[in-house]
Amino acid sequence: MTWKWESQRKQYGRALVELGKERSDIVVLDADLSSSTRTADFASAFPERFFNCGIAEQNMIDTAAGLAASGKTVFVSTFAVFGTGRCYDQIRQSVAYPKLNIKIVASHAGITVGGDGASHQIIEDIALMRVLPNMAVIVPVDSNETYNVVKAIAKTKDPVYVRIGRADVPTVTDKDTPFEMSKANVMRDGTDVTLIGCGILVSKCLEAAEELAKHGIDARVINLHTIKPLDEKTVVKAARETGGVVTAEEHSVMMGMGSAVAMCLVENFHVPMKRVGIPDVFGESGACNELMEKYGLTIENIVEAAHDVMKRKK
Amino acid sequence: MEIYDGEFIAELEAIAKRVRSHSITMIYRAGSGHPGGSLSGVDIMVALYFHVMKHDSKRPDWPERDRFVLSKGHAAPALYAVLAEAKYFPEKELETLRKLGSRLQGHPCMRKTPGVEMSTGSLGHGLAAGNGMALAAKLDRKLYRIYVLCGDGEMDVGETWEAAMLASHYKLDNITAYIDRNKLQLDGPTEKIMSLEPLADKWKAFGWHVIEINGHSMKEIIQATNEAKGVKGRPTAIICHTIKGKGVSYMEGSLHFHGKAPTDEEYKQAMKELGGTDR
Ligand SMILES: Cc1ncc(C[n+]2csc(CCOP(=O)(O)OP(=O)(O)O)c2C)c(N)n1
Repeated sequence: MTWKWESQRKQYGRALVELGKERSDIVVLDADLSSSTRTADFASAFPERFFNCGIAEQNMIDTAAGLAASGKTVFVSTFAVFGTGRCYDQIRQSVAYPKLNIKIVASHAGITVGGDGASHQIIEDIALMRVLPNMAVIVPVDSNETYNVVKAIAKTKDPVYVRIGRADVPTVTDKDTPFEMSKANVMRDGTDVTLIGCGILVSKCLEAAEELAKHGIDARVINLHTIKPLDEKTVVKAARETGGVVTAEEHSVMMGMGSAVAMCLVENFHVPMKRVGIPDVFGESGACNELMEKYGLTIENIVEAAHDVMKRKK
Repeated sequence: MEIYDGEFIAELEAIAKRVRSHSITMIYRAGSGHPGGSLSGVDIMVALYFHVMKHDSKRPDWPERDRFVLSKGHAAPALYAVLAEAKYFPEKELETLRKLGSRLQGHPCMRKTPGVEMSTGSLGHGLAAGNGMALAAKLDRKLYRIYVLCGDGEMDVGETWEAAMLASHYKLDNITAYIDRNKLQLDGPTEKIMSLEPLADKWKAFGWHVIEINGHSMKEIIQATNEAKGVKGRPTAIICHTIKGKGVSYMEGSLHFHGKAPTDEEYKQAMKELGGTDR
């Protein structure tokens, strides 16, 4: 399959500027990374509603809390590694617990950060945000969906964590593909096995499904963009109808999307399952594609996992 | 004094020029990295490793060695080039920066690179880690000293000031912080993004002895460091006035080259200016 590769960050910047035009309650904070996260676009359009907090992520989150407590809808951006782990307590105490209207849209997540190395490649942000009560977790699949997610979450009043990448990603949706929070998107129907992906791994699931079709295996593919609250209905239905599930994500397998799916299935409808993701290790510097290969995030890894699941099916 | 002897200083300056050339070559080859902040801190690192610090590249774990912590970890290329010049690993290895499997990670990793004392990259951790080393030296009655290089953008970070407080509280006169005052951070000038001035007064208020110098003058770096060694009962901060991108004309004072590799043309030009070989 040949994909069009596009920037999620660019669409984030565009959506923010539109929101800024539509609504005066939108304010944006960044921590000396506005040129990278693209909140700079909002900053130049609405300088009075943009606050660069400098390299002070903890301070930024609590400042956002004060703004939100005063009626603002606050978008907060930085790299995912600094926007989650660095200020975890601030998010816990001042965002999630008081259930404030703060949207953390964090870029440069996962190993596709590439050359910067493990210090910058957060592979545990979904885990950190997922365990927080009141916090929703969304991983937009591509540039279109990033735009749609930003527009959609601005309508809600609750905390949301949105994870996007540094690199351009394959466009798997079109502009009209609906985005509804917590409503997983079935991208391909199938009856033999279900491949559930999020983020950059969805395109690989689609390619894996093509590959599996050559072996007579009919795979269903789901874009599970919202990891919390989880669309249990769609997940359980897929398990019931296909009898086996593979998850794929650019995140540690320890507590990411795959774990969320596994927990759901263990309690609701137990089927053979395999999680494709980063093993319990830190990343390292390297080119994106090399890293994806080394850390087991390829089409072949998904195909192999699907075969394994098929074997274990009764 | 022999240390201010012209020839001696010229020698340090020659090393600094090679380190600059290596740093840019590494970033160019990797296709990514942070030239601006690497170049502004080179002279400080060279003065420390080639004059000030007691260390031995054959024994990177020698217990008596002085410690250097690169708190502004994105300047890793300069640190690696310094370590290669000091023979911690072969110069050839510099080519592997940011490549898969390399010991030279995009940001310093103490478990991978000989001579790297602390893993850094997330800003604002290095000074506190340096304090820990300074406390350990006091506990063990060791005479080694700790040198930490911070970016001025790192002054935004709350932990920097938590560490500043701790160092003076515990009277850590064995730690010296160098602040690379190039007046630029990632998004713009420090005074526009998050104003720091009066910076010297802030450090003084936190109980530090403060010295301000030209951070590209080997002589001033060495003099200030010697002064710091003589200060008893409190830590010293040396505010080093520097130029981001120092040594490559079009990178000097440039925001663009905070985190961008040079193009082919730009690289050629840089090598011309730094007298490096165009590889
Ligand atoms: C905690 C944290 N937040 C953000 C970043 C991203 N970042 C890398 S370099 C940089 C600017 C650093 O400015 P400064 O300390 O002045 O360094 P210099 O100008 O000397 O390169 C930023 C924001 C980071 N590495 N760590």
